[in-house]
Amino acid sequence: MKGGKFGAWLAVFVGVAYFLAPLVATFEFSLRMRRGEYSFDAYRVVFASGAFQASFLYSTVLAVVTIFVGILIVVPTAYWVQLRLPRLRGIVEFTTLLPLVIPAIVLVFGYIKLYGSSSILPLTSTSLGADALLMFGYVGLGLPYMYRSVETALRSIDVRTLTEAAESQGAGVFTILFHVILPNIRSGILSGAFLTFAIVIGEFTFASLLDRPAFGPYLQLIGASRAYEPSALAIMAFALTWACMGLIQLFGGGPRTSAGKR
Amino acid sequence: MSFLTLTGIQKSYGASKVVKDFDLSVDRGELVTFLGPSGCGKTTTLRMIAGFETPTEGSIRINGKDVTSLRANKRAIGMVFQAYALFPNMTVAQNIGFGLKVAGKPAAEIKLRVDEMLAMIKLPQLADRYPYQLSGGQQQRVSLARALAPSPQILLLDEPLSALDARIRVSLREEIRALQRSLGITTIFVTHDQEEALSMSDRVVVMNEGAIEQVGTPSEIYNAPRTRFVASFVGTLNLIDGKIVDASVGAIDIDGQRATTRRKLNGAKPGDILAMALRPEALRLGAGDADRNTLAGVIEDVSFLGAVVRVRVRLERAAIIVDTFNSGADDLPARGASVAVNFGRDDLIPLLAH
Repeated sequence: MKGGKFGAWLAVFVGVAYFLAPLVATFEFSLRMRRGEYSFDAYRVVFASGAFQASFLYSTVLAVVTIFVGILIVVPTAYWVQLRLPRLRGIVEFTTLLPLVIPAIVLVFGYIKLYGSSSILPLTSTSLGADALLMFGYVGLGLPYMYRSVETALRSIDVRTLTEAAESQGAGVFTILFHVILPNIRSGILSGAFLTFAIVIGEFTFASLLDRPAFGPYLQLIGASRAYEPSALAIMAFALTWACMGLIQLFGGGPRTSAGKR
Repeated sequence: MSFLTLTGIQKSYGASKVVKDFDLSVDRGELVTFLGPSGCGKTTTLRMIAGFETPTEGSIRINGKDVTSLRANKRAIGMVFQAYALFPNMTVAQNIGFGLKVAGKPAAEIKLRVDEMLAMIKLPQLADRYPYQLSGGQQQRVSLARALAPSPQILLLDEPLSALDARIRVSLREEIRALQRSLGITTIFVTHDQEEALSMSDRVVVMNEGAIEQVGTPSEIYNAPRTRFVASFVGTLNLIDGKIVDASVGAIDIDGQRATTRRKLNGAKPGDILAMALRPEALRLGAGDADRNTLAGVIEDVSFLGAVVRVRVRLERAAIIVDTFNSGADDLPARGASVAVNFGRDDLIPLLAH
């Protein structure tokens, strides 16, 4: 018994060390910009950089718009599938999983081919068009996470009965969706939103091949030309992702329902 | 004129017909219960009245207006669900005021009505609580208040007491009936519990396999069931086969013993076998007077049920149950003893074949 317990602790220790050692080493290295002493100079340099601010702001705005559009597409779809088209659930789930299976580079080449300057809808020809294309690409990338989070939240409430209860009170479909369903799946939407944010903020392939000034390509550029700043950026990216995960935990409680369904 | 009329309602899902030839007229202020086992079509019929399902055939009229194709949110109905269906993100007051808010009523009017409803369900102190902070009984009261707040034309109750424990179920059904009477609101109540149906309703619609078996007052349903199904579903019942001896005088042979019924035998011929119903509480132990039927048998089993002592008497092939009041005497009838059982001529009820 004692041996088993020791083995378990050893496994945990090895696992934690495996994940934390590179992180600690990266953090330690990011503090060594000033010779002979630890400092946050690398972080100061990064924060002071105009390119950092611009690319981070660009990616943040893009992430927010992506989340907004993703919610607008996913919530009504998942709601409708759950309520009226449960037989389509398998097909919709498969479709939403496709971005995980198809490599990003294949998707983006498809986009460039479909929406390039010689196409009927030449989105890549203008800056705004390329931004929109990038945003829709990100909506696709975030789809597996957003759909799954929303769908799980919808399953935790009695969608049909709540919808019918609201209908019997005279409510139309938009009132039901925005005043009854949406507030009760808030935890799922927030989970999907934070995951989407974490994906968008560091995404490289789409942004690079569409030539957009996003945070991902900036990270790659700095990584190729500087010594300490990439480590500082890597730590910041980790902190951001973990903050998103923490927020998912914080808001992931879900609604407490009267019908006893959780 | 009827307030709610269902004419020739049919509902099919593919090849499966779940409601067949449903015709019913409900008067204003009446409480009608749909009673039947699971899958008999009672909830589907209620959902068609609510507008959540569309009939495959037939029409539904409320207050003279054809609402068959009208959407649920345009029908002005109030509905209470088995699972309460309170909106988890809203407080009790917000839940009750939801329909009024949707209708665009001013905030002051909503508050007034919500307070009135809270007083009506005797829960004014719970206005700011969320549904998960309430007990099942409280949630169902709030659900009732929410359904009634917009002053609907019809109140629909879909097994509202099924999820509650026995004691609360009884008190709440009395409250619902009292409220329904005081408001005079036309109400359809769906249940599979015959006690609920009999105790609350002006009329009961007994359903089986998508069709109406019988419509009548609780007393008619209980005392004069038309079919074997109604007789067996409502209350405990003895179902015995009787051989017609002389239909003109109601003479019947039960397991070789003669009995007479005053009820019509509907053109039965001598030798016909007819299913007969006999309520256990209509039977008495001992030989009866000349104007009563008396059958002889042997006591097979005795069960002490508190207020009632249930005795099973074996005739020949048939066994009948006799419910007698517990008189307080210590000596219960003995198993294996010969006994006579008597019952009135009106108590032997011939049933339709189906």
